[in-house]
Amino acid sequence: MDAQIRIRNAGKVFRALGKEVEALRDITVDIPNGQFACLLGPSGCGKSTLLNAVAGFSLPTSGSVEVDGRPVEGPGPDRGMVFQEYALFPWMTVEQNIAFGLEIRKSPAAEIREKASSLLAMLNLSEFRDRYPKDLSGGMRQRVAIARVLALDSRILLMDEPFGALDALTRHNLQDELLRIWEAFRKTILFVTHSIEESIFLADRILVMTYRPGTIKRDIVVTLHRPRDPGDPGFNELKRELTQLVMEEQRRHERDEVLCAAR
Amino acid sequence: MTSGTGWSERLSGFLRGAAVPAVVIAVWQILSMMGYVNPQILPAPSAVLVRWYQYLAPIEAYDPSKSGYVAWLLSGELLADAYASLYRVVVGFLIGAGLALPLGLAMGATERVYKLLDPLVQILRPIPPIAYIPLSILWFGLGNPPAIFLISIGAFFPVLMNTISGVRHVDGIYIRAARNLGAGRATMFLRVILPAATPYILTGARIGVGTAFIVVIVSEMIAVNNGLGFRILEAREFFWSDKIIAGMLSIGLLGLGIDTGMERLNAHLLKWHRGIES
Repeated sequence: MDAQIRIRNAGKVFRALGKEVEALRDITVDIPNGQFACLLGPSGCGKSTLLNAVAGFSLPTSGSVEVDGRPVEGPGPDRGMVFQEYALFPWMTVEQNIAFGLEIRKSPAAEIREKASSLLAMLNLSEFRDRYPKDLSGGMRQRVAIARVLALDSRILLMDEPFGALDALTRHNLQDELLRIWEAFRKTILFVTHSIEESIFLADRILVMTYRPGTIKRDIVVTLHRPRDPGDPGFNELKRELTQLVMEEQRRHERDEVLCAAR
Repeated sequence: MTSGTGWSERLSGFLRGAAVPAVVIAVWQILSMMGYVNPQILPAPSAVLVRWYQYLAPIEAYDPSKSGYVAWLLSGELLADAYASLYRVVVGFLIGAGLALPLGLAMGATERVYKLLDPLVQILRPIPPIAYIPLSILWFGLGNPPAIFLISIGAFFPVLMNTISGVRHVDGIYIRAARNLGAGRATMFLRVILPAATPYILTGARIGVGTAFIVVIVSEMIAVNNGLGFRILEAREFFWSDKIIAGMLSIGLLGLGIDTGMERLNAHLLKWHRGIES
Protein backbone atom coordinates (compact mmCIF):
# COMPACT_ATOMS: atom_id res chain seq x y z
CA MET A 1 0.00 0.00 0.00
CA ASP A 2 1.17 3.51 -0.74
CA ALA A 3 2.37 5.51 2.21
CA GLN A 4 0.00 8.29 3.11
CA ILE A 5 2.43 10.12 5.35
CA ARG A 6 6.01 10.06 4.08
CA ILE A 7 8.70 11.51 6.27
CA ARG A 8 12.15 11.61 4.67
CA ASN A 9 15.31 12.48 6.63
CA ALA A 10 13.40 15.06 8.60
CA GLY A 11 15.44 17.16 11.04
CA LYS A 12 14.54 20.14 13.15
CA VAL A 13 16.85 22.60 14.83
CA PHE A 14 15.45 25.28 17.12
CA ARG A 15 17.40 28.45 17.71
CA ALA A 16 16.70 30.31 20.89
CA LEU A 17 18.81 32.78 22.88
CA GLY A 18 21.80 32.16 20.62
CA LYS A 19 21.75 28.44 21.39
CA GLU A 20 20.80 25.68 19.02
CA VAL A 21 18.78 22.67 20.07
CA GLU A 22 18.48 19.75 17.74
CA ALA A 23 14.99 18.42 18.35
CA LEU A 24 14.76 15.94 15.48
CA ARG A 25 17.47 14.19 13.49
CA ASP A 26 17.18 12.23 10.29
CA ILE A 27 13.73 10.75 10.76
CA THR A 28 12.45 8.56 7.97
CA VAL A 29 9.05 6.94 8.43
CA ASP A 30 6.20 5.89 6.16
CA ILE A 31 2.72 5.62 7.58
CA PRO A 32 0.37 3.75 5.28
CA ASN A 33 -3.28 4.60 4.79
CA GLY A 34 -5.49 3.43 7.67
CA GLN A 35 -2.71 2.69 10.12
CA PHE A 36 -2.94 3.63 13.78
CA ALA A 37 0.60 4.69 14.70
CA CYS A 38 1.82 5.88 18.09
CA LEU A 39 4.84 8.07 18.73
CA LEU A 40 6.11 7.02 22.14
CA GLY A 41 8.86 8.55 24.24
CA PRO A 42 9.70 10.59 27.31
CA SER A 43 8.94 14.31 27.35
CA GLY A 44 11.43 16.33 25.36
CA CYS A 45 12.03 13.59 22.81
CA GLY A 46 10.57 15.61 19.98
CA LYS A 47 7.45 13.51 19.39
CA SER A 48 5.23 16.58 19.42
CA THR A 49 7.73 18.37 17.19
CA LEU A 50 7.41 15.56 14.66
CA LEU A 51 3.62 15.70 14.90
CA ASN A 52 3.69 19.47 14.38
CA ALA A 53 5.82 18.97 11.31
CA VAL A 54 3.18 16.66 9.84
CA ALA A 55 0.43 19.06 10.93
CA GLY A 56 2.30 21.89 9.21
CA PHE A 57 2.53 24.15 12.27
CA SER A 58 6.30 24.00 12.35
CA LEU A 59 8.06 22.67 9.28
CA PRO A 60 11.26 20.62 9.54
CA THR A 61 14.51 22.50 8.95
CA SER A 62 15.88 19.65 6.84
CA GLY A 63 14.36 16.71 5.00
CA SER A 64 10.72 16.55 3.93
CA VAL A 65 7.21 15.58 5.00
CA GLU A 66 4.71 14.55 2.37
CA VAL A 67 1.04 13.74 2.76
CA ASP A 68 -0.79 12.03 -0.10
CA GLY A 69 2.22 12.71 -2.30
CA ARG A 70 2.26 16.47 -1.68
CA PRO A 71 4.78 18.25 0.52
CA VAL A 72 3.34 19.73 3.69
CA GLU A 73 3.60 23.52 3.60
CA GLY A 74 1.24 24.54 6.36
CA PRO A 75 -1.68 23.39 8.47
CA GLY A 76 -4.84 22.27 6.75
CA PRO A 77 -8.15 20.50 7.28
CA ASP A 78 -6.88 17.37 5.51
CA ARG A 79 -4.95 16.64 8.73
CA GLY A 80 -7.36 17.18 11.62
CA MET A 81 -5.56 17.78 14.90
CA VAL A 82 -6.68 17.02 18.45
CA PHE A 83 -4.70 18.94 21.07
CA GLN A 84 -4.00 17.95 24.64
CA GLU A 85 -5.42 21.32 25.78
CA TYR A 86 -8.65 20.59 23.81
CA ALA A 87 -8.37 24.00 22.10
CA LEU A 88 -12.13 24.35 21.85
CA PHE A 89 -13.35 27.85 21.12
CA PRO A 90 -14.90 28.89 24.44
CA TRP A 91 -17.23 31.43 22.81
CA MET A 92 -18.86 28.76 20.69
CA THR A 93 -21.30 26.16 21.92
CA VAL A 94 -20.52 22.48 21.50
CA GLU A 95 -22.50 22.38 18.28
CA GLN A 96 -20.93 25.56 16.92
CA ASN A 97 -17.47 24.20 17.64
CA ILE A 98 -18.26 21.05 15.68
CA ALA A 99 -19.80 23.01 12.82
CA PHE A 100 -17.00 25.56 12.54
CA GLY A 101 -14.78 23.59 10.17
CA LEU A 102 -17.72 22.93 7.87
CA GLU A 103 -18.72 26.58 7.92
CA ILE A 104 -15.20 27.54 6.89
CA ARG A 105 -15.57 25.12 4.01
CA LYS A 106 -18.91 26.78 3.19
CA SER A 107 -20.88 23.55 3.27
CA PRO A 108 -24.65 23.97 2.87
CA ALA A 109 -26.42 24.75 6.16
CA ALA A 110 -28.61 21.65 6.06
CA GLU A 111 -25.59 19.43 5.59
CA ILE A 112 -23.77 21.11 8.46
CA ARG A 113 -26.72 20.59 10.78
CA GLU A 114 -27.13 16.99 9.81
CA LYS A 115 -23.47 16.19 10.17
CA ALA A 116 -23.18 17.96 13.51
CA SER A 117 -26.21 16.07 14.80
CA SER A 118 -24.85 12.69 13.78
CA LEU A 119 -21.46 13.43 15.35
CA LEU A 120 -23.13 14.69 18.52
CA ALA A 121 -25.06 11.44 18.71
CA MET A 122 -22.03 9.33 17.94
CA LEU A 123 -19.98 10.83 20.73
CA ASN A 124 -22.87 10.95 23.21
CA LEU A 125 -22.89 14.71 23.21
CA SER A 126 -26.45 15.39 22.04
CA GLU A 127 -27.62 16.70 25.43
CA PHE A 128 -24.71 19.10 25.55
CA ARG A 129 -25.07 20.64 22.13
CA ASP A 130 -25.98 24.10 23.43
CA ARG A 131 -23.51 24.15 26.29
CA TYR A 132 -20.35 26.17 26.31
CA PRO A 133 -17.01 24.39 26.83
CA LYS A 134 -16.56 25.94 30.29
CA ASP A 135 -19.53 23.87 31.49
CA LEU A 136 -18.05 20.55 30.34
CA SER A 137 -15.66 18.14 32.03
CA GLY A 138 -12.27 17.45 30.48
CA GLY A 139 -13.45 14.18 28.97
CA MET A 140 -16.49 15.84 27.42
CA ARG A 141 -14.36 18.63 26.01
CA GLN A 142 -12.05 16.17 24.36
CA ARG A 143 -15.04 14.38 22.84
CA VAL A 144 -16.11 17.68 21.32
CA ALA A 145 -12.59 18.23 19.99
CA ILE A 146 -12.65 14.78 18.41
CA ALA A 147 -16.08 15.43 16.89
CA ARG A 148 -14.78 18.76 15.57
CA VAL A 149 -12.00 17.11 13.56
CA LEU A 150 -14.20 14.18 12.50
CA ALA A 151 -16.52 16.73 10.94
CA LEU A 152 -13.72 17.63 8.57
CA ASP A 153 -13.79 14.12 7.09
CA SER A 154 -10.03 14.20 6.86
CA ARG A 155 -8.40 10.86 6.24
CA ILE A 156 -5.66 11.68 8.71
CA LEU A 157 -6.08 12.38 12.40
CA LEU A 158 -3.19 13.85 14.37
CA MET A 159 -3.46 13.56 18.13
CA ASP A 160 -1.07 15.27 20.52
CA GLU A 161 -1.34 13.50 23.88
CA PRO A 162 -5.10 13.97 23.65
CA PHE A 163 -5.90 12.03 26.83
CA GLY A 164 -2.89 13.20 28.84
CA ALA A 165 -4.87 15.54 31.06
CA LEU A 166 -7.71 13.13 31.84
CA ASP A 167 -8.27 10.87 34.81
CA ALA A 168 -7.68 7.15 34.32
CA LEU A 169 -11.30 6.11 33.92
CA THR A 170 -12.26 8.85 31.48
CA ARG A 171 -9.08 8.15 29.61
CA HIS A 172 -9.95 4.50 29.26
CA ASN A 173 -13.44 5.29 28.00
CA LEU A 174 -12.11 7.67 25.42
CA GLN A 175 -9.51 5.16 24.25
CA ASP A 176 -12.30 2.66 23.65
CA GLU A 177 -14.31 5.29 21.86
CA LEU A 178 -11.38 6.31 19.68
CA LEU A 179 -10.85 2.70 18.64
CA ARG A 180 -14.52 2.38 17.80
CA ILE A 181 -14.31 5.51 15.64
CA TRP A 182 -11.11 4.38 14.02
CA GLU A 183 -12.62 1.00 13.17
CA ALA A 184 -15.70 2.68 11.73
CA PHE A 185 -13.87 5.24 9.60
CA ARG A 186 -10.46 3.59 9.09
CA LYS A 187 -8.60 6.83 9.39
CA THR A 188 -4.86 7.10 9.48
CA ILE A 189 -3.98 8.13 13.02
CA LEU A 190 -0.70 9.52 14.27
CA PHE A 191 -0.98 9.59 18.04
CA VAL A 192 1.56 11.08 20.42
CA THR A 193 1.74 9.68 23.94
CA HIS A 194 4.17 9.06 26.75
CA SER A 195 2.02 6.30 28.19
CA ILE A 196 3.32 2.85 27.30
CA GLU A 197 0.03 1.14 28.13
CA GLU A 198 -1.91 3.58 26.01
CA SER A 199 0.29 2.95 23.01
CA ILE A 200 -0.04 -0.86 23.32
CA PHE A 201 -3.78 -0.62 23.86
CA LEU A 202 -4.34 1.53 20.79
CA ALA A 203 -1.72 1.19 18.12
CA ASP A 204 -0.97 -1.01 15.12
CA ARG A 205 2.53 0.26 15.30
CA ILE A 206 4.63 1.96 17.93
CA LEU A 207 7.50 4.26 17.07
CA VAL A 208 9.74 4.67 20.11
CA MET A 209 11.72 7.88 19.99
CA THR A 210 15.06 8.76 21.53
CA TYR A 211 15.66 11.74 23.76
CA ARG A 212 17.24 14.77 22.08
CA PRO A 213 17.95 14.69 19.27
CA GLY A 214 14.74 12.81 18.55
CA THR A 215 15.26 9.84 16.30
CA ILE A 216 13.28 6.66 15.79
CA LYS A 217 14.82 4.25 18.28
CA ARG A 218 12.60 1.28 17.53
CA ASP A 219 9.74 0.60 15.12
CA ILE A 220 7.43 -2.07 16.56
CA VAL A 221 4.39 -3.59 14.89
CA VAL A 222 1.77 -4.66 17.42
CA THR A 223 0.06 -7.86 16.36
CA LEU A 224 -2.07 -8.47 19.49
CA HIS A 225 -5.75 -8.98 18.80
CA ARG A 226 -8.21 -6.26 19.68
CA PRO A 227 -9.75 -5.61 22.11
CA ARG A 228 -6.47 -5.79 23.90
CA ASP A 229 -6.35 -6.93 27.47
CA PRO A 230 -3.72 -5.47 29.80
CA GLY A 231 -3.75 -8.80 31.68
CA ASP A 232 -2.71 -10.72 28.58
CA PRO A 233 0.86 -12.20 28.62
CA GLY A 234 1.63 -10.82 25.16
CA PHE A 235 0.54 -7.36 26.31
CA ASN A 236 2.83 -7.58 29.31
CA GLU A 237 5.78 -8.86 27.37
CA LEU A 238 5.50 -5.93 24.99
CA LYS A 239 5.06 -3.60 27.93
CA ARG A 240 8.30 -4.85 29.50
CA GLU A 241 10.17 -4.39 26.26
CA LEU A 242 8.82 -0.87 25.72
CA THR A 243 9.42 0.11 29.34
CA GLN A 244 13.04 -0.88 28.94
CA LEU A 245 13.37 1.23 25.79
CA VAL A 246 11.60 4.27 27.17
CA MET A 247 13.43 4.11 30.51
CA GLU A 248 16.80 4.27 28.75
CA GLU A 249 15.74 7.52 27.13
CA GLN A 250 14.15 8.80 30.32
CA ARG A 251 17.47 8.28 32.14
CA ARG A 252 19.34 10.22 29.47
CA HIS A 253 16.76 12.95 29.85
CA GLU A 254 17.24 13.08 33.62
CA ARG A 255 21.01 13.05 33.34
CA ASP A 256 20.75 15.96 30.94
CA GLU A 257 18.62 17.89 33.39
CA VAL A 258 21.06 17.31 36.22
CA LEU A 259 23.89 18.51 33.99
CA CYS A 260 21.92 21.59 33.03
CA ALA A 261 21.14 22.39 36.64
CA ALA A 262 24.78 21.93 37.65
CA ARG A 263 25.97 24.35 35.02
CA MET B 1 -27.74 33.26 39.79
CA THR B 2 -31.37 34.16 40.28
CA SER B 3 -32.53 30.71 41.31
CA GLY B 4 -31.80 29.35 44.74
CA THR B 5 -32.09 32.65 46.61
CA GLY B 6 -35.55 33.27 47.99
CA TRP B 7 -36.99 36.75 48.51
CA SER B 8 -36.54 36.49 52.28
CA GLU B 9 -32.84 35.84 51.80
CA ARG B 10 -32.59 38.76 49.42
CA LEU B 11 -34.44 40.98 51.89
CA SER B 12 -32.08 40.08 54.71
CA GLY B 13 -29.13 40.70 52.38
CA PHE B 14 -30.54 44.11 51.54
CA LEU B 15 -31.10 44.95 55.20
CA ARG B 16 -27.55 43.99 56.05
CA GLY B 17 -26.23 46.17 53.23
CA ALA B 18 -28.41 49.10 54.29
CA ALA B 19 -27.41 48.99 57.97
CA VAL B 20 -24.23 51.09 57.84
CA PRO B 21 -25.62 53.83 55.55
CA ALA B 22 -28.72 54.04 57.79
CA VAL B 23 -26.60 54.52 60.90
CA VAL B 24 -24.46 57.18 59.21
CA ILE B 25 -27.53 59.09 58.06
CA ALA B 26 -29.17 58.79 61.48
CA VAL B 27 -26.11 60.18 63.27
CA TRP B 28 -25.84 62.97 60.73
CA GLN B 29 -29.53 63.83 61.19
CA ILE B 30 -29.25 63.86 64.98
CA LEU B 31 -26.16 66.08 64.92
CA SER B 32 -27.97 68.51 62.60
CA MET B 33 -31.09 68.58 64.77
CA MET B 34 -29.01 69.28 67.85
CA GLY B 35 -27.53 72.27 66.05
CA TYR B 36 -23.92 71.07 66.01
CA VAL B 37 -23.45 71.81 62.31
CA ASN B 38 -24.16 74.90 60.31
CA PRO B 39 -26.89 73.93 57.80
CA GLN B 40 -25.17 76.00 55.10
CA ILE B 41 -22.03 73.91 55.48
CA LEU B 42 -23.74 70.56 55.95
CA PRO B 43 -27.54 70.44 55.74
CA ALA B 44 -29.52 67.74 57.50
CA PRO B 45 -30.40 64.59 55.51
CA SER B 46 -34.06 65.50 55.82
CA ALA B 47 -33.35 68.87 54.18
CA VAL B 48 -31.44 67.14 51.38
CA LEU B 49 -34.35 64.77 50.88
CA VAL B 50 -36.86 67.60 50.65
CA ARG B 51 -34.64 69.44 48.22
CA TRP B 52 -34.15 66.31 46.21
CA TYR B 53 -37.88 65.91 45.88
CA GLN B 54 -38.26 69.54 44.80
CA TYR B 55 -35.48 69.04 42.29
CA LEU B 56 -37.21 65.95 40.93
CA ALA B 57 -40.78 67.25 40.94
CA PRO B 58 -42.29 69.29 38.09
CA ILE B 59 -41.76 73.01 38.47
CA GLU B 60 -45.09 74.25 37.18
CA ALA B 61 -48.58 73.12 38.20
CA TYR B 62 -50.23 70.52 36.01
CA ASP B 63 -52.02 72.13 33.09
CA PRO B 64 -53.77 69.67 30.73
CA SER B 65 -53.90 72.27 27.96
CA LYS B 66 -50.08 72.48 27.82
CA SER B 67 -48.92 68.87 28.03
CA GLY B 68 -49.88 65.29 28.82
CA TYR B 69 -49.72 64.00 32.38
CA VAL B 70 -46.68 61.80 31.91
CA ALA B 71 -44.77 64.56 30.15
CA TRP B 72 -45.65 66.90 32.99
CA LEU B 73 -44.57 64.30 35.55
CA LEU B 74 -41.21 64.03 33.87
CA SER B 75 -40.74 67.76 33.40
CA GLY B 76 -38.76 68.28 36.60
CA GLU B 77 -35.31 69.81 36.56
CA LEU B 78 -33.51 66.70 37.83
CA LEU B 79 -34.75 64.45 35.05
CA ALA B 80 -33.90 67.02 32.41
CA ASP B 81 -30.40 67.35 33.87
CA ALA B 82 -29.92 63.60 34.12
CA TYR B 83 -31.08 63.21 30.55
CA ALA B 84 -28.70 65.94 29.33
CA SER B 85 -25.76 64.35 31.13
CA LEU B 86 -26.61 60.85 29.96
CA TYR B 87 -27.01 62.06 26.40
CA ARG B 88 -23.51 63.56 26.46
CA VAL B 89 -22.03 60.41 27.98
CA VAL B 90 -23.66 58.18 25.39
CA VAL B 91 -22.79 60.30 22.36
CA GLY B 92 -19.25 61.01 23.58
CA PHE B 93 -18.67 57.38 24.44
CA LEU B 94 -19.99 56.16 21.10
CA ILE B 95 -17.71 58.55 19.22
CA GLY B 96 -14.64 57.76 21.34
CA ALA B 97 -15.16 54.00 21.45
CA GLY B 98 -16.30 53.93 17.84
CA LEU B 99 -12.95 55.39 16.78
CA ALA B 100 -10.89 53.41 19.28
CA LEU B 101 -12.28 49.97 18.43
CA PRO B 102 -11.28 49.74 14.75
CA LEU B 103 -7.98 51.47 15.46
CA GLY B 104 -7.26 49.10 18.35
CA LEU B 105 -8.15 46.07 16.26
CA ALA B 106 -5.85 47.23 13.48
CA MET B 107 -3.03 48.01 15.89
CA GLY B 108 -3.43 44.72 17.73
CA ALA B 109 -3.62 42.56 14.64
CA THR B 110 -0.96 44.21 12.47
CA GLU B 111 2.53 44.71 13.77
CA ARG B 112 3.25 47.41 11.15
CA VAL B 113 0.30 49.55 12.15
CA TYR B 114 1.19 49.04 15.79
CA LYS B 115 4.78 50.18 15.35
CA LEU B 116 3.63 53.16 13.30
CA LEU B 117 1.03 54.47 15.74
CA ASP B 118 2.15 53.28 19.15
CA PRO B 119 4.63 56.15 19.78
CA LEU B 120 1.93 58.77 19.18
CA VAL B 121 -0.54 56.88 21.35
CA GLN B 122 1.98 56.63 24.16
CA ILE B 123 2.55 60.40 24.06
CA LEU B 124 -1.13 61.34 24.00
CA ARG B 125 -2.43 58.71 26.41
CA PRO B 126 -1.14 60.19 29.69
CA ILE B 127 -2.73 63.59 28.99
CA PRO B 128 -5.85 63.71 31.17
CA PRO B 129 -9.01 64.63 29.21
CA ILE B 130 -9.41 67.60 31.57
CA ALA B 131 -6.22 69.10 30.10
CA TYR B 132 -8.02 69.41 26.78
CA ILE B 133 -10.56 71.86 28.24
CA PRO B 134 -8.89 75.06 26.96
CA LEU B 135 -8.38 73.62 23.50
CA SER B 136 -11.89 72.22 23.38
CA ILE B 137 -13.39 75.64 24.10
CA LEU B 138 -11.07 77.25 21.57
CA TRP B 139 -12.04 74.74 18.92
CA PHE B 140 -15.70 74.16 19.65
CA GLY B 141 -16.87 77.20 21.61
CA LEU B 142 -19.50 76.52 24.26
CA GLY B 143 -22.40 74.10 24.47
CA ASN B 144 -22.49 70.38 23.76
CA PRO B 145 -19.67 70.06 21.21
CA PRO B 146 -16.72 70.76 23.55
CA ALA B 147 -18.29 68.57 26.26
CA ILE B 148 -18.78 65.68 23.87
CA PHE B 149 -15.27 66.17 22.54
CA LEU B 150 -13.81 65.86 26.05
CA ILE B 151 -15.95 62.84 26.86
CA SER B 152 -14.95 61.03 23.70
CA ILE B 153 -11.29 61.58 24.55
CA GLY B 154 -11.96 60.12 27.99
CA ALA B 155 -13.60 57.04 26.47
CA PHE B 156 -11.13 56.68 23.61
CA PHE B 157 -7.94 55.59 25.35
CA PRO B 158 -9.27 52.89 27.69
CA VAL B 159 -11.08 51.23 24.81
CA LEU B 160 -8.04 51.58 22.54
CA MET B 161 -5.51 50.17 25.00
CA ASN B 162 -7.69 47.24 26.01
CA THR B 163 -8.60 46.37 22.45
CA ILE B 164 -4.92 46.32 21.46
CA SER B 165 -3.91 44.08 24.33
CA GLY B 166 -6.97 41.86 23.84
CA VAL B 167 -6.03 41.18 20.24
CA ARG B 168 -2.36 40.73 21.06
CA HIS B 169 -3.08 38.29 23.87
CA VAL B 170 -5.28 35.86 21.98
CA ASP B 171 -4.15 32.41 23.07
CA GLY B 172 -2.04 30.84 20.32
CA ILE B 173 -3.84 27.53 20.73
CA TYR B 174 -7.04 29.03 19.25
CA ILE B 175 -5.11 30.34 16.27
CA ARG B 176 -3.53 26.93 15.75
CA ALA B 177 -6.84 25.11 16.04
CA ALA B 178 -8.51 27.49 13.59
CA ARG B 179 -5.66 27.21 11.08
CA ASN B 180 -5.92 23.45 11.36
CA LEU B 181 -9.63 23.69 10.54
CA GLY B 182 -8.74 25.71 7.45
CA ALA B 183 -9.64 29.23 8.58
CA GLY B 184 -8.49 32.02 6.26
CA ARG B 185 -7.55 35.53 7.37
CA ALA B 186 -11.05 36.99 7.44
CA THR B 187 -12.56 34.04 9.30
CA MET B 188 -9.64 34.01 11.70
CA PHE B 189 -10.19 37.65 12.50
CA LEU B 190 -13.97 37.71 12.74
CA ARG B 191 -14.66 34.34 14.32
CA VAL B 192 -11.56 33.73 16.42
CA ILE B 193 -9.52 36.84 17.23
CA LEU B 194 -12.46 39.19 17.74
CA PRO B 195 -14.45 36.95 20.11
CA ALA B 196 -11.29 35.90 21.95
CA ALA B 197 -10.51 39.59 22.53
CA THR B 198 -14.05 40.49 23.60
CA PRO B 199 -13.45 40.18 27.37
CA TYR B 200 -10.63 42.72 27.11
CA ILE B 201 -12.61 45.01 24.82
CA LEU B 202 -15.59 45.02 27.17
CA THR B 203 -13.36 45.74 30.15
CA GLY B 204 -12.04 48.69 28.16
CA ALA B 205 -15.58 49.81 27.38
CA ARG B 206 -16.52 49.68 31.04
CA ILE B 207 -13.51 51.74 32.08
CA GLY B 208 -14.23 54.08 29.15
CA VAL B 209 -17.81 54.68 30.28
CA GLY B 210 -16.56 55.32 33.80
CA THR B 211 -14.08 57.90 32.52
CA ALA B 212 -16.75 59.43 30.28
CA PHE B 213 -18.94 59.86 33.32
CA ILE B 214 -16.22 61.66 35.26
CA VAL B 215 -15.49 63.91 32.31
CA VAL B 216 -19.14 64.77 31.69
CA ILE B 217 -19.50 66.26 35.17
CA VAL B 218 -16.34 68.34 34.76
CA SER B 219 -17.22 69.49 31.27
CA GLU B 220 -20.66 70.59 32.40
CA MET B 221 -19.04 72.83 34.96
CA ILE B 222 -17.32 74.81 32.23
CA ALA B 223 -19.12 74.71 28.94
CA VAL B 224 -22.88 74.22 29.26
CA ASN B 225 -25.87 75.39 31.29
CA ASN B 226 -27.70 72.21 32.12
CA GLY B 227 -26.80 68.73 33.30
CA LEU B 228 -26.02 67.39 36.74
CA GLY B 229 -22.51 68.85 36.83
CA PHE B 230 -23.75 72.31 35.90
CA ARG B 231 -26.55 72.13 38.48
CA ILE B 232 -24.36 71.47 41.49
CA LEU B 233 -22.04 74.31 40.51
CA GLU B 234 -25.03 76.58 40.05
CA ALA B 235 -26.38 75.57 43.47
CA ARG B 236 -23.10 76.61 45.07
CA GLU B 237 -23.56 80.16 43.81
CA PHE B 238 -26.81 80.35 45.79
CA PHE B 239 -25.35 78.59 48.85
CA TRP B 240 -27.84 75.75 48.34
CA SER B 241 -25.71 73.10 49.92
CA ASP B 242 -28.74 70.80 50.23
CA LYS B 243 -29.17 70.94 46.48
CA ILE B 244 -25.47 70.33 45.93
CA ILE B 245 -25.70 67.15 47.94
CA ALA B 246 -28.94 66.11 46.25
CA GLY B 247 -27.21 66.62 42.89
CA MET B 248 -24.16 64.65 44.00
CA LEU B 249 -26.34 61.76 45.10
CA SER B 250 -28.11 61.88 41.75
CA ILE B 251 -24.74 61.72 40.01
CA GLY B 252 -23.82 58.71 42.13
CA LEU B 253 -27.06 56.92 41.34
CA LEU B 254 -26.76 57.59 37.62
CA GLY B 255 -23.17 56.33 37.63
CA LEU B 256 -24.23 53.22 39.50
CA GLY B 257 -27.03 52.68 37.00
CA ILE B 258 -24.66 53.00 34.04
CA ASP B 259 -22.12 50.65 35.58
CA THR B 260 -24.77 48.08 36.44
CA GLY B 261 -26.04 48.28 32.87
CA MET B 262 -22.54 47.71 31.51
CA GLU B 263 -22.07 44.78 33.85
CA ARG B 264 -25.33 43.20 32.67
CA LEU B 265 -24.26 43.70 29.08
CA ASN B 266 -20.89 42.09 29.78
CA ALA B 267 -22.49 39.14 31.51
CA HIS B 268 -24.78 38.66 28.55
CA LEU B 269 -22.09 38.95 25.90
CA LEU B 270 -19.64 36.84 27.88
CA LYS B 271 -21.93 34.07 29.05
CA TRP B 272 -19.38 31.65 27.56
CA HIS B 273 -16.60 33.12 29.64
CA ARG B 274 -15.15 31.18 32.55
CA GLY B 275 -15.08 33.86 35.24
CA ILE B 276 -18.70 34.92 34.87
CA GLU B 277 -21.73 33.38 36.54
CA SER B 278 -24.68 33.15 34.22
